[in-house]
Amino acid sequence: MEQITQVSYALDTFYFLMSGALVMWMAAGFTMLEAGLVRSKNTTEILAKNVGLFAIASIMYMLVGYNVMYGEAINAYIPGISFLLGGDNAVADVMASGGDIYYSSMSDFFFQVVFVATAMSVVSGAVAERMKLMSFFVFAIILTGFIYPVQGMWTWGGGFLSELGFSDFAGSGIVHMTGAAAALAGVLVLGARKGKYGPNGEVRAITGANMPLAALGTFILWLGWFGFNGGSQLQLSTIENANAVAMIFVNTNMAAAGGVIGAMIVSKILFGKVDLTMILNGALAGLVAITADPLSPAPLSATLIGLAGGVIVVFAILFMDNKLKIDDPVGAISVHGIVGIWGLIAVTFNNADATITSQLIGIVAIFAWVFIASLIVWSIIKAVMGVRVTEEQEYEGVDQSECGMEAYPEFTNK
Amino acid sequence: MKLIVAIIKPFKLDDVREALHDVDVHGMTVTESKGFGRQKGHTEIYRGAEYAIEFLPKIRLEIAVSDDKVETVVEAIGSAARTGKIGDGKIFVMPVEDAIRIRTEETGDVAL
Repeated sequence: MEQITQVSYALDTFYFLMSGALVMWMAAGFTMLEAGLVRSKNTTEILAKNVGLFAIASIMYMLVGYNVMYGEAINAYIPGISFLLGGDNAVADVMASGGDIYYSSMSDFFFQVVFVATAMSVVSGAVAERMKLMSFFVFAIILTGFIYPVQGMWTWGGGFLSELGFSDFAGSGIVHMTGAAAALAGVLVLGARKGKYGPNGEVRAITGANMPLAALGTFILWLGWFGFNGGSQLQLSTIENANAVAMIFVNTNMAAAGGVIGAMIVSKILFGKVDLTMILNGALAGLVAITADPLSPAPLSATLIGLAGGVIVVFAILFMDNKLKIDDPVGAISVHGIVGIWGLIAVTFNNADATITSQLIGIVAIFAWVFIASLIVWSIIKAVMGVRVTEEQEYEGVDQSECGMEAYPEFTNK
Repeated sequence: MKLIVAIIKPFKLDDVREALHDVDVHGMTVTESKGFGRQKGHTEIYRGAEYAIEFLPKIRLEIAVSDDKVETVVEAIGSAARTGKIGDGKIFVMPVEDAIRIRTEETGDVAL
């Protein structure tokens, strides 16, 4: 029996770590997707931004974020604050727990830290091509250390949303909508890229530089998502859990497939052509949509939830672009925000424990907190150090002004 | 001595080069260029927004020839580059005062 406990603890810890490593790889996916959808003059900066935010998220979450989210809370609404990580589980405690402690607490930290980095990655694409790099990093410190962990505590840390029955399995709301709400606040403070809208408000296309990179990034995210959703089952070492994990893998894949088809059909009908960037957003929309509950639906149902996500995302992007004039170069606010909300509502279709009321309260609470807190932080950053590069720097490309280096220098230096 | 400048469709470059080879032209300069004439551009679509491609890719050939070969060369380029559709391009012929081969310092027709 002792041997079995040891092996299952090791297996569940291993599964958790490998899932976390897959989610870490999503950072590469976001990086490539964004590098593909910006212009070549802004490539180095978007790469620097993505690498930098991952490092900041890792450090801030270790210093304070993890404890805010999972430490002693003051009450169900207000988390406590403490610093650094505690020690791991003692062997005797694991043995005495009778299976209640089934993975290393360090593996839990590792799995959680890559989630906060994912939320921050959502922001970087939306504010691309015009934001000051250091201003972005300052915001990353606040989001990953405080804004994200506070709302994370409300659900995953045992706060009022979890008491209310709000259900968000792997984070359609807690991770993705959070990133989107912070991004929306950022874009509102920042404004559109120069040249995006004509004098009479007409929308101009600003085409991405590298479609192969955008497609590669999407596939990397799709792969990483198996860790994102699959790992969120938290345990593998029983037949029941193993089946659940397998179901989650299948549903995650089906939803992404549905999202591609949904976006493809809408794109073909609306534009007469199959817009690759919309299909890529469709795949991600399918994944975001199923993240709130990848376990309860049957595979066909998961496909349809993803397909609806793919349909919604195209209309959301056009609505943001044409009507609201919110310039989001990669569609992050639509993919992770609007479709994140759809995913949270769709939980109620297949999961009897979730009610539409509790889901809506969760959506409003998380969105309001993240959006308002972000808006305040972005505004302070704007007042203190500015958020936007000068018009000339924007024209030259932020690669030069922020990094002093171009992504493809042989074009100019040969 | 004349300089022949031809603007042609990019996919016709190999045909034109072969046709020129057949009439004993053994040197030319090729530039990838962009422009528009009667063919005009076309529109593409990106994330729901249409945008115009106003300048189309073309190939610009430059060939210096002696006066007696002008007619053959123009004829060779014209027949090889012609598709009969709009956008086939244009050929310009202009006088050249002199030519110098840098390696040997030869001048005039022998330098071509």
